[in-house]
Amino acid sequence: MHELLKQAVLTALISGGLVAGVPLMFTSLGEMISERAGVLNIGLEGMMLFGAYAGFIGAYYGHSSWLGYGTGIAGGTFIALFMVVFCVWLGLDQIVVGIALTIGAEGATSTLDGAQFSTTRPRLGSFPTVSVPGLSRIPVLGASLFSQPLLVYLGFALVALVAWIFRFTNVGLNLRAAGEKPEALDAAGVSVFATRSWAALSAGALAGLGGAYLSVIGAGVFVPFMTHGQGFMGIVLAMLARGRPFWVIIGSFLFGMSLSITTALQLAGIDIPIDYVNMLPFVAVILALIIFARRSYLPPALALPYVRGSR
Amino acid sequence: MAERPADPSGAAGGYPGAPLEESSVADLPADERLPRQSRLARPLDALVRGVGPVLLALVAGGILLLALGRNPVIFYANIYQGGITQEAWQDSAMRMAPLLLIAGGLIVVFRANIWNLGYQGQFLLAGAMIAGFGPRMETRLPYWLTLTLLFMIAGVVGASWTVIPALLKAYYQVNEIITTLMMSFIGISVANILIKGPFQDFSSNVPQTSVLPVSGMLPNIPHTRIHVGILVALGTILIVHYVLTRTSFGLRLQVLGASPRAAVHAGVGVKRLIITAFLISGALVGMAAAAEVLGIEGYVRADWNPAFGDAVIPFVFLARLNALAVIPFVGFYSILAIGGEYATQQAQLPTDFLLVIVGLILLFMTVTEYVGRKRALGSSYLTPGLAHALRRRTENA
Repeated sequence: MHELLKQAVLTALISGGLVAGVPLMFTSLGEMISERAGVLNIGLEGMMLFGAYAGFIGAYYGHSSWLGYGTGIAGGTFIALFMVVFCVWLGLDQIVVGIALTIGAEGATSTLDGAQFSTTRPRLGSFPTVSVPGLSRIPVLGASLFSQPLLVYLGFALVALVAWIFRFTNVGLNLRAAGEKPEALDAAGVSVFATRSWAALSAGALAGLGGAYLSVIGAGVFVPFMTHGQGFMGIVLAMLARGRPFWVIIGSFLFGMSLSITTALQLAGIDIPIDYVNMLPFVAVILALIIFARRSYLPPALALPYVRGSR
Repeated sequence: MAERPADPSGAAGGYPGAPLEESSVADLPADERLPRQSRLARPLDALVRGVGPVLLALVAGGILLLALGRNPVIFYANIYQGGITQEAWQDSAMRMAPLLLIAGGLIVVFRANIWNLGYQGQFLLAGAMIAGFGPRMETRLPYWLTLTLLFMIAGVVGASWTVIPALLKAYYQVNEIITTLMMSFIGISVANILIKGPFQDFSSNVPQTSVLPVSGMLPNIPHTRIHVGILVALGTILIVHYVLTRTSFGLRLQVLGASPRAAVHAGVGVKRLIITAFLISGALVGMAAAAEVLGIEGYVRADWNPAFGDAVIPFVFLARLNALAVIPFVGFYSILAIGGEYATQQAQLPTDFLLVIVGLILLFMTVTEYVGRKRALGSSYLTPGLAHALRRRTENA
């Protein structure tokens, strides 16, 4: 292959992987927090989708990507609020509520979008990126890796922060205890309900942020059902990462790369249908689940409502 | 989940987490917990908790319509008009066929506390297969043989798409919610690849399969436009109900659903049972696609996804996983869906608005259950045990 072409393909693959992987990174980071605390968030897809819609609205009317992120976070948190009230406080079935939230959010976003934009279909312009001085001049990869919207760098920092919280702080210990043995946490004088509520809300906020990134930066437009299973993918990724946040980055990046293979291959003159590409990450996950079937880990108290004083 | 110790009846003390005063009572099966309930009260109770969430969801949906600046009264009147009046009830009846088959497929696994959420992939892949094979087989084989074979193919395709989740669940206790969802997305893509590849009819402008001639589709019930798929579906539902309530297989499923550990101790072959339940479920979902494609569509477009399974889920729960009770619920939703297409069009909203109502029904259902449990009205809507199963799974890991 021609040297220049090879470069273009590689750049497309890596920068595409980054752009496509960031939403998943936020989402599965959120799911990891909530999963560890014992709340299985099947509604993650709904939170992400609602965040994508809210983020687009914010960015469209506010003409600012940051406002879009803000409304996206608010949108995801709004859906997560249902999860908190129904599942953490009332102790209702997490799976049924999660399915309800996903279906409801799919319908709600599609309805709202259709009611407002069915004729106009507005698009967002591009938003500024931040180049890391020096590093962004590295040939081939520099421009793609180190010239990204600021949020991407913050995202990496956030993963590190979460890893640190889990490992070295009491908050992290409380979160893990809420999923491993909530009775012990309760006996230690910490509220299981509050811990789990915060965990579920952060999951919603992060999923909403991921969704907002998807619509505001990734696509520049909101399309109904645009998350296409990424929320569910986030659940799997959090499961396979077994509570280690840095694996989330690797997993999301691989996911993003497999999605951007089309663009990369098109540059090389190879045309593969979009359906193969859409399928690829899911095939990879199924293979990973088959290979690591015994090793995926879920906390013992996952999806169990906590009732004080029960055995 | 309705695992006994986690029963929030303990919350009756006024705040969540109040001490369980009636823990010994709460440990008893639901039916023994309620000596006061009269013979009349129980069906009435079931009716309230079946119909209540639907009514609440319709009211809440109406409020949402108001917020969107639409007139809910006109909207619901349009649903009635578009779903029942004149000839529309026949369309609603036809819509029942695939929905009932999917409902049957879901009930079989849900009774065993297995979550087959991969219905979309199973449905679409089976649909693509028979839409692809149908026109080819029709020219070579007799009419009835073709239809029978196509239904069988659809069943086999649907069932095959559950094999990986079933094996992973049976042998490695991998959470089937995840695996079925992943397989579902793969199935949707494979269906599109087939429709845009080997099955594509290039005489059409958009990617789609060849159209089955009307003479090759399912025949109608005499004097109606309704195809016989609805009879197949009703017959299948009756068989499902019989098997689940009157055979040892049904009992074993229920034991597995209630407590996997008890199932092991009772000598039930849990692994085989999980796999069998999955295969039956997938096969019924696949047959639903056959009923829809051979009865109504006649072909499949790329990216076609009616999302029937999502719509069926709440009604399966509201019917308390009872295959007979699901029939009226599915009938109701068919009217809502067919009439809703007209009503949303009139209100200039996407048809996806109906998904909001479906989601609301599910939410109100859980709330109704909560209130019901708090007032000790009766049993929960699911067999207890998924939570238990999850816990056991991690203990074994």
